[in-house]
Amino acid sequence: MKLIKAIVKPFKLDDVKEALAEVGIAGLTVTEVKGFGRQKGHTEIYRGSEYTVDFLPKTMIETVVDDDAVEQAVAAIVKAAKTGKIGDGKVFVIPIESAIRIRTEETDGEAL
Amino acid sequence: MCAFLAAAWLPETLMAQDTSLPEVPKITLETAANVVEAVAPLDSGNTAWMLTATVLVLFMTLPGLALFYGGLVRSQNVLSVLMHCFAIACLASVLWITILYTMAFAPSACGWVGSLEHIGLSGITIDSITSGYDFPETIFIMFQMTFAIITPGLIVGAFVERMKFSAILLFTALWLILVYAPVTYWVWGGGWLFDKGVIDLAGGIVVHATAGVSALLLAKMLGPRDGFPKKLHIPHHPAMVMIGASMLWVGWFGFNAGSQLAANGNAGMTMLVTHISAAVASLTWMCLEWKINGKPGLVGIVTGMVAGLATITPASGAVGPLGAVCLGFLAGIVCYFACGIVKNKLKIDDSLDVFAVHGVGGIMGTILVAVFGLPAFGGFGEFEMVPQLGIQLTALGAVVLWSVVATFIIVMICKFTVGLRVTVEDEHTGLDQSEHGETSYQFE
Repeated sequence: MKLIKAIVKPFKLDDVKEALAEVGIAGLTVTEVKGFGRQKGHTEIYRGSEYTVDFLPKTMIETVVDDDAVEQAVAAIVKAAKTGKIGDGKVFVIPIESAIRIRTEETDGEAL
Repeated sequence: MCAFLAAAWLPETLMAQDTSLPEVPKITLETAANVVEAVAPLDSGNTAWMLTATVLVLFMTLPGLALFYGGLVRSQNVLSVLMHCFAIACLASVLWITILYTMAFAPSACGWVGSLEHIGLSGITIDSITSGYDFPETIFIMFQMTFAIITPGLIVGAFVERMKFSAILLFTALWLILVYAPVTYWVWGGGWLFDKGVIDLAGGIVVHATAGVSALLLAKMLGPRDGFPKKLHIPHHPAMVMIGASMLWVGWFGFNAGSQLAANGNAGMTMLVTHISAAVASLTWMCLEWKINGKPGLVGIVTGMVAGLATITPASGAVGPLGAVCLGFLAGIVCYFACGIVKNKLKIDDSLDVFAVHGVGGIMGTILVAVFGLPAFGGFGEFEMVPQLGIQLTALGAVVLWSVVATFIIVMICKFTVGLRVTVEDEHTGLDQSEHGETSYQFE
């Protein structure tokens, strides 16, 4: 099992969700986050004074999938979230030791 | 039944007339017309308009100015700004009826401050009529009170996000007594500038110049917010800024047109030129931002509106539509660049640009009324340009000097009694929590 952690532009959330559903991903968790990468922040000007916004709003999508579904899921996320412009975000894949569905107490693959 | 009511009512009317009768000989014995005027001087149309105008001007502060300023600060300071405006409104009201009204408007032989004739509103009754006008003095007291409320309210923009609440209250009280009341007497109450014939219909000098200059000095003495100018945070709620600014625009009709103290053609023209200046200044500011920053912003366009309104304020009784267009255009340009000069060149954290918008606008309008008020520009002024310019500049010089000296003394008093600033830690926490123990936005 792998945890896929995707940080994407907030307006791409719906596209990513639909793309994941198409490849059979059953569930995901979404968090509103702030951060910066190579894009850094941006500046806004009010009444002639410049204000620097260091941390930009992004959306973090987390989903755990079986090993054989990882490649397909990551490809779906990348395709859906891409605009080709700076600030599109990143996808991380992290190994997961175990999973339990609380209601039925099923484990690992069956719990996903 | 009707006859009974009429009979019951009649003696009361007679009694009311009886009580006012002893005053008649005191006012005048000259002509029959004057006597009639003294017995029945109330004009219900003017009275109704002045009641309305008073409501409009209070609406400018509560909640107009409060929301305008509240949206411009960080989210952890929005309640403190609303609190400042509200508390100042209450404090100014109490001081106004106690001491300020008599200092500003009671007739006095001295040119510098009013007599103590109306201290604690003594001598004011239900039948008192505003001197020289035809509506109740109670309404004049209320109308002028709303000006005394908004003027220190404007200064809030200079000290947001860092000044101690106790210092704010002390500063406001002393400032109203030492700056606002005397200057009001000089210009409107029959004092030395009034006698010189200075033109200031609704407060370019009395409200905007005093508040703007005092705000700049206070901001300098208080010091900048931590992180100024590099690490400041953006206004937390521009939509709130727009809502408050729009309330200011509407309320300003009471402020300017109400200052004609009558429901007549002058009030109508004043309302018209006020609106024109606001619209032209907004568009001017918007175009400047568009050209210089690449994008026209909401905070920018509404700031232009306030600049246009502050600039037309002293001139709104003398200029015509053409003059209003010119004043609005100049307000948009000059106030826009003044913002940058104060913050980036002078390095003074006049946080919400009180001086650059209100001070510069009010001063500019006070000077230019001597030009755009001339018939050549479609104005209605009955004066000659050069002598009037001299009077306007004399008034500004005196009022600016007095505001600076008095504000300096008041700030020193605050500094050595209650202290001026919150700690750096409290500043980072935000004044909502550290000074008032409340939080503005709870997301659950």
